[in-house]
Amino acid sequence: MKPILEISGISKQFKLFHRGLPYLSMRDKIIDIFRSREEVEQFWALRDVSFSVNRGDSVGIIGRNGAGKSTLLKILSRITPPTTGSIICRGTLASLLEVGTGFHQELSGRENIYMNGSILGMKKTEIDRRFDEIVDFSGTEKFLDTPLKHYSSGMQLRLAFAVAAHLESEILIIDEVLAVGDAEFQKKCIRKMEDVTGQGRTLLFVSHNLPTLKAICRTGVLLGEGKLVAQGSIDEVIDIYSQFHRSQELITNSIHYYQPHIKVHEVVINGSATNSVIVDNDRLHIRTTVEFMKRTNFELDVHFKKQELPVASYANFVNHEVEQFEPGIYDLNYEIRLPALRSGKYRLDLFFTEPFASWFAVSENIIEVDVINGHHHTFLNNANLKWGTTLLEGSMSRHKRTS
Amino acid sequence: MPEEQVHSSESIELKIEPPRRFSLNLAELWFYRELFYFYTWRDIKVRYKQTMLGLLWVVLQPVITVTIFTVFFGRTLQISTGLLPYPLFVFSGLLFWNAFSASLVSAGNSMITNAPIIKKIYFPRLIIPLSAMLVAMLDMLVAGLLFLGMLLYYQIAPTLSGLLLYWPAAFLLMLVGTTGLSCWLSALTVKYRDVRYVVPFALQVMLFLSPVIYPISMVSYPGLQYVLALNPMYAVIEIFRGSFGLAMDSTLMTISAGSALLLFAIGVSYFKRTENYFADIA
Repeated sequence: MKPILEISGISKQFKLFHRGLPYLSMRDKIIDIFRSREEVEQFWALRDVSFSVNRGDSVGIIGRNGAGKSTLLKILSRITPPTTGSIICRGTLASLLEVGTGFHQELSGRENIYMNGSILGMKKTEIDRRFDEIVDFSGTEKFLDTPLKHYSSGMQLRLAFAVAAHLESEILIIDEVLAVGDAEFQKKCIRKMEDVTGQGRTLLFVSHNLPTLKAICRTGVLLGEGKLVAQGSIDEVIDIYSQFHRSQELITNSIHYYQPHIKVHEVVINGSATNSVIVDNDRLHIRTTVEFMKRTNFELDVHFKKQELPVASYANFVNHEVEQFEPGIYDLNYEIRLPALRSGKYRLDLFFTEPFASWFAVSENIIEVDVINGHHHTFLNNANLKWGTTLLEGSMSRHKRTS
Repeated sequence: MPEEQVHSSESIELKIEPPRRFSLNLAELWFYRELFYFYTWRDIKVRYKQTMLGLLWVVLQPVITVTIFTVFFGRTLQISTGLLPYPLFVFSGLLFWNAFSASLVSAGNSMITNAPIIKKIYFPRLIIPLSAMLVAMLDMLVAGLLFLGMLLYYQIAPTLSGLLLYWPAAFLLMLVGTTGLSCWLSALTVKYRDVRYVVPFALQVMLFLSPVIYPISMVSYPGLQYVLALNPMYAVIEIFRGSFGLAMDSTLMTISAGSALLLFAIGVSYFKRTENYFADIA
């Protein structure tokens, strides 16, 4: 049987405009007549990428930020054309690069289900048929006729994913949509995605979350700087990816953004701005500079992991009220007391989040922590145990920069 | 390509390649007709939600404009409009002009307002300006009812051939010209944001260069008449007024109708040639 997707020699070139904006104004165009055009730089987001996907396969697409994952997905979803190369697709294809595309705040939940389903390529009869299932999955039946603007952001996301989860295409492309919702809902989504592959449908999944990738995907594709680095079983590819990552990297460069209205300018952990951090006195000092584009409820969640297992976590709402920030640039200082840890390698993930809602930006699977002079016996306080991890104590101070 | 239509697996094959040839791909547009419907339906719903004055506003706008024009141009300047009383004359022009102008403004902005969707999902992009245009034209229905009321009041009726031939012809020609310009402007706005500021101004100026307020025969230089006839709305308005027995100049009509067809061809083909890159630059 022929592969369901044959990707051959795909390249994508972008032009970088050094004056900042991707679009032009007439003024620029007129000025350009009198000036040489050296300022446009060519940039290859993808370079000669080829691989094929078999029917029923579930492929995890892995790579750092800027490796070309999103561009590949956009080409596959026909949002942007490739510069060279071709893709042969032997099945119906639906892509989910975002949940809730086309949602409108003034429309009711019911109306949004139809609008969003139709944008994703569902026929009205198809939506009619699956309407009850969708509502059931989202758990919003009581609010079906309420305008979306009165929904909590969590409810909106659930509704959005519910529509998407009921697409009936043969190939499903998913980009990081699992990054939303509470733990319970995430589990539900993962189960739904396992169903997708169980039904013999084909799945392409981009994520930074390695455990989820391992749980869902059978094979993997690793992209690096626009090129295909490795292809094989998901375990092999994740191993290669992890080795790839040992090299030092600035934490700020590895942050993945989910929403545009915050920008993390700097992260320094125990004096280190790179992804390797040393802890030797049970203290974790995180200094970060965050810019808020609009008024924001914000907290920083810190997760400490040992071999994919959560060990301890810190979230400042546990200790304080929810912090609200006016637009501007803030220096935030976190002093966190670590539990008695054994010496060894740990991983630290940072979640810049809106409390009880969604993520703004995440640094996951990037920061490695070396605990030195650790304890031989650890006394994790069981009273604090929740979700199998210890909740950490700490304090936070904030300072707004005057520009 | 309507790849989602067939559900058997091996029979369909879609090839994704760098764009090569120009094609309108009407089959694909037809395949996505439901999305077009939902898009239009959404915008209509949203438009009148939470606006108490919503529909009333649609009525007030032409009433106020017609009144002002009648007082200043009809009475003060004594513009002679032959068979049609001045208020009807102005309204017959405004009816089409307002639909035209509202369409251009809203279709022109449509690609920008829908940029988040364009960047995340594929569908024929033409749906966006066309649906924006249709929603903007909806007001014409209400204004049209008002116009019928005015006809009753003035005891004026179109000829039978006028009603059956001229009215549909005028409407069709308006669709042709407006579609062309709407597509062109919406594609241009993606690339050059200036267009957004130019369009409302240009429309304002063009209103005074169109036959809405005065008959073009008032313009004493014949050369200038030809230039004014380049406006695609010239023929539309003249055909509509022709249904009430007003004379039409065949040369000027041909120029204007030709201009509408040309704009349609240029606008739609420019849109199709650039649509592939909307997601990259929007």
